[in-house]
Amino acid sequence: MTALFDTLADYLRYPFVQHALIVGVLISLCSSILGVTLVLKRFSFIGDGLSHVAFGAMAIAAVAGVTNEMLIVLPVTIICAILLLCTGQNARLKGDASIAMLSVSALAIGYLLMNLFPNSGSVSGDVCTTLFGATSILTLTKTDVWLCVTLSIIVILVFVLLYNKIFAITFDESFAKTTGTRVGIYNLILAAIIAVIIVLAMNLVGSLLISALVIFPALSAMRVCRNFKSVTICSACLSVCCSSLGILISILASTPVGSTIVAVDIAAFAVFSLVGRCRSGR
Amino acid sequence: MAQLICQNLTLGYDAKIVLSGLNFSVNKGDFLCIIGENGSGKTTLMKTLLGLIQPLDGTITLGDDLRANEIGYLPQQTFVQRDFPASVEEIVLSGCQGRCGLRPFYAKEEKQRAAHNMARMDITDLKKRCYRELSGGQQQRVLLARALCATQKLLLLDEPVSGLDPKVTLELYHLIEHINRHEGISIIMISHDIAAAVKYASHILYVGKTLFFGTKADYLQSDIAARFAPTEGGEPV
Repeated sequence: MTALFDTLADYLRYPFVQHALIVGVLISLCSSILGVTLVLKRFSFIGDGLSHVAFGAMAIAAVAGVTNEMLIVLPVTIICAILLLCTGQNARLKGDASIAMLSVSALAIGYLLMNLFPNSGSVSGDVCTTLFGATSILTLTKTDVWLCVTLSIIVILVFVLLYNKIFAITFDESFAKTTGTRVGIYNLILAAIIAVIIVLAMNLVGSLLISALVIFPALSAMRVCRNFKSVTICSACLSVCCSSLGILISILASTPVGSTIVAVDIAAFAVFSLVGRCRSGR
Repeated sequence: MAQLICQNLTLGYDAKIVLSGLNFSVNKGDFLCIIGENGSGKTTLMKTLLGLIQPLDGTITLGDDLRANEIGYLPQQTFVQRDFPASVEEIVLSGCQGRCGLRPFYAKEEKQRAAHNMARMDITDLKKRCYRELSGGQQQRVLLARALCATQKLLLLDEPVSGLDPKVTLELYHLIEHINRHEGISIIMISHDIAAAVKYASHILYVGKTLFFGTKADYLQSDIAARFAPTEGGEPV
């Protein structure tokens, strides 16, 4: 056991491990607090849909030879998020159908483009990296870390400042609208910060597993907690713990980072469900 | 001056007209019941009054110092709300959101307002409870308290008693009647319950193929009342 801790302490001295932990903690924090709202608004799959859009945008950026992918990926994802979330409850295409449509289209077109215009030796390797996150979180540069820290702080700040408004529009959008809350604008802001989180999270777990970061902590917290504030706080704490644990395990056991984090999230969900069931059975 | 005047209103979605030629007004302290068959446009009318959809034609004028964001609203329960993890206190407080404007947090005044309205609805002891664990009647009281946080003047109720048992229904009607009679808040209520409409309302608006608007006494004299008589054994006063 002590040997294990020694190895861990050893690893923790490396900057790449420190970077991975910082970024991991921040991203899981942001995605979990927004996850509560998304799950309650029946938008659980938006993480998946948007991350595929980001994947498609990344493919376009790679084909176009843009050096800084973020310049294309971020705006495209934000626009799609706004289109999805702001059509509202009266749209012709319901939320789930439009997300599913957008998600598969972006995935297909991204993969098609990568195959038609391959600019690195192994197309399948590239695709695998973007889909599953692979090891890119362990190869973060200082700039990546700072970008992530800045964007996370913005997201958390916006969330805290808009907390009461987010609650109002999540619980009852029509009521909020009639009492004079500008629902449209807040939905827009929400969509934008969700898109930012998803683009950031692609580094961590890759685009296939992002949904897990968004929905698992929220769902686990909802098994146990009974009000919105405690669900949000519990979901944030849980997500941070799971991601840190996941990253450490993946380093020690040399497993893929993304899937290890998700596996820890699943385990936490199982424990919380059990606790929730025991409580309500009392 | 009336609080709400609708003149020659045409309602509908896109180009599809649901209702047209609607004229009615609500004065302070009125209790207006909107009745009519399913699909006759009652909920569309309510949404239009709330400004959630725009009227296709005609005007809605607010008077007597009533502003658009000062209308309280008790919606039909939605799918999302039934399993929402929120405490009663959080939900009632969210009724004050319109007063906050751009201010991010609730001030002391709003918290007092929420507490006052919880006391009014007799749900103060439930305030830490989770909304989804409450009974249907309790949930309606919570939403009513929230609506009262948003208004001092006019309350819109969309089928407030649907799905409730007779005893709870009666209690809720009494609460609504109390708010109307003793606190002078005007009520517009959509209902399927004709007996209750006739019992509690001061004015009736019937929507359907023919339109009727008038006081309860006029309504009881009209042909519509004869055709659309109470069926649930209620006793018209």
